[in-house]
Amino acid sequence: MKVFVPRDSAAVSVGADRVAAALGAAHPSFEIVRNGSRGLLWLEPLVEIEVDGVRHAFGPVQPQDIPALALTGDYLNSDLYLGITDQLPWLVRQERWTFERVGIVDPASPEDFLAHGGLSGLKAAMAAGAAATIEQVTASGLRGRGGAGFPTGIKWKTVANAVATSHAGAPLGSTTHKYVVVNADEGDSGTFADRMLMEGDPFTLLEGMLIAGFAVGADTGYIYIRSEYPAAIHSMQRAIEISREQGWLGSSILGSDFAFDIHVRVGAGSYVCGEETAMLESLEGKRGMVRPKPPLPALEGLFGVPTVINNVISIGSVPAIMSRGAEAYAALGTGRSQGTSVFQLAGNIAQGGIVETGFGVSVRELVQGFGGGTRTGRPIRAVQIGGPLGAYLSEAELDVSADYEALAAADAMLGHGGIVVFDDTVDMATQAKFAMQFCAEESCGKCTPCRIGSTRGVEVIDLIVRGENSAGNKELLEDLCEVMRDGSLCAMGGLTPLPVLSALHKFPEDFEPESQRRKESV
Amino acid sequence: MSETGKKKRDQVETRRPDGEFDPEIRVLLADLSQEEGSLLRCLQRVQEHFGYVPDSSIGAIAELCNVSRAETFGVLTYYSDLRTVPPAAVLVRICGAEACQSVGSRELESEWHNVQEKDFSPASVETAEVFCLGNCALGPAAMINGELIGRVTPEVIAEHVTSLLAKS
Repeated sequence: MKVFVPRDSAAVSVGADRVAAALGAAHPSFEIVRNGSRGLLWLEPLVEIEVDGVRHAFGPVQPQDIPALALTGDYLNSDLYLGITDQLPWLVRQERWTFERVGIVDPASPEDFLAHGGLSGLKAAMAAGAAATIEQVTASGLRGRGGAGFPTGIKWKTVANAVATSHAGAPLGSTTHKYVVVNADEGDSGTFADRMLMEGDPFTLLEGMLIAGFAVGADTGYIYIRSEYPAAIHSMQRAIEISREQGWLGSSILGSDFAFDIHVRVGAGSYVCGEETAMLESLEGKRGMVRPKPPLPALEGLFGVPTVINNVISIGSVPAIMSRGAEAYAALGTGRSQGTSVFQLAGNIAQGGIVETGFGVSVRELVQGFGGGTRTGRPIRAVQIGGPLGAYLSEAELDVSADYEALAAADAMLGHGGIVVFDDTVDMATQAKFAMQFCAEESCGKCTPCRIGSTRGVEVIDLIVRGENSAGNKELLEDLCEVMRDGSLCAMGGLTPLPVLSALHKFPEDFEPESQRRKESV
Repeated sequence: MSETGKKKRDQVETRRPDGEFDPEIRVLLADLSQEEGSLLRCLQRVQEHFGYVPDSSIGAIAELCNVSRAETFGVLTYYSDLRTVPPAAVLVRICGAEACQSVGSRELESEWHNVQEKDFSPASVETAEVFCLGNCALGPAAMINGELIGRVTPEVIAEHVTSLLAKS
């Protein structure tokens, strides 16, 4: 019998390793596969048992549940039985493209990857040729899933048209390069899609990088993974080694004259290194400080050579687009937000996890329909979308469509698709202050408004809630936010005003001194 | 220059030619330091080896990577992962970012702080705040000596710490 017990970090964080050990001890004959997570994280550890080729789900399973289950052997009638996995309503209502294999395949098995359609995107790209591949990616409507939403195909075309160069400062006649860099510095709170793809289906990310490298004429790829993700680092390194053995990386990929290799680079605990130019500095071994643009990294990127920089989800979506068709992908979503988004439901939520579906689903459907409201059972008061630089929405605003344009129109942003729910015990002045504290902590220091403004922001919010010249200080906070927004090179200083001002404008009562005193007296 | 400043500089200068770890570091970084832009990776490797980046190793690292001591120091102090003092036996990292805040990480942090003060010595346990461990649906999250734990409580942290200390 084949049993699946996820090795995804989230599943392991609530006991999946102990469950796998208990299962192995109770049933030495079982074949235990350590897959990625199906994304129903509140049910982890979610164990699947394959009967006649159909996978049945159980969860959440604890190690102590195993002996009793093993005794009867009647797994399908136990209290933990959830149903046939593929028929669970939470999954049926999704459109899985980027995550089509996550949780299904064994992430350490190249055979499993191939058996589930792996490399068909790369083969389609190589058959079509570089220019046609870029056209397909452009036609799919794919835009940067890291948050900026820049059309991926246009970025690739810029790099494809750029002439490969040698490293800045290298001796004349040195080898020329173009690079593909994947941004896996997923530092936004409330996001974990990059991690889950890298842990659950690492070969797909490598395949996407190969397609990008083939399309733009690059020879080397780098994946910059944050150090807080040790399991993802391990998973990618293992997948790279296996791919080299398989001939999927190296000098003549799939028998062609296309040569490409990929390396993992590990971050060192700096949030701002998720900003693409700071990441390039860090990859070059320097302090992760933001570079001014232009020059665009597409023309002068890593070590000064033309570089494609894409988020994990952007590049991880390309294999499915190439194999299943750009038109079918573009038909999903709404308006200029085409295709699917991998939403991540997080924070105080009853049913947290991964929801991949077309853009245009409402935030309310995500947090109530999929998410089931708060974990505490209390009313939702605020939702933060797009990480620590994203706006707070009030409960009344939740009917907004989750797509790039609708959220921008609501003075918010989709970011990397993370949605963090707060119940009615949240104090929004504290959240606004935290946004400034976080900026002060993580600012690279290049731009004065960000470096100094963030510390001033903390002080001003303190004065406001203490009732010291509240009206004047609120005006000062607005001014300060304007300077930060307009006077910073990157999103760190530029977008910190978003959570701060959305909290101030939508939850003004939390900034009244009386509200603070009341809270303290409770 | 103030008296302390001058003294400090002299100390650093005298360490320079012969840091106590220099021979070890030369072996450790022999291959890596030749690669372009490898300073950060060299510092990470030194930390992996010693548990921290000893002050007295900066000169050797700078020389091997062909960068200035100032640049080496700049990179070393920029990244929050890199440390210049040895870690305690157990390192507890508690997530303090928004998703974990929404399920009580602030309370967790202060409760754990009290438990730690009462039951553990500073040499055995060190607690640090981290911003996001990517376990945002199962918060609050903590990472204890590299092991990720979801829906964590002060009691669970104490259990893990105690068992790790018993092993060490």
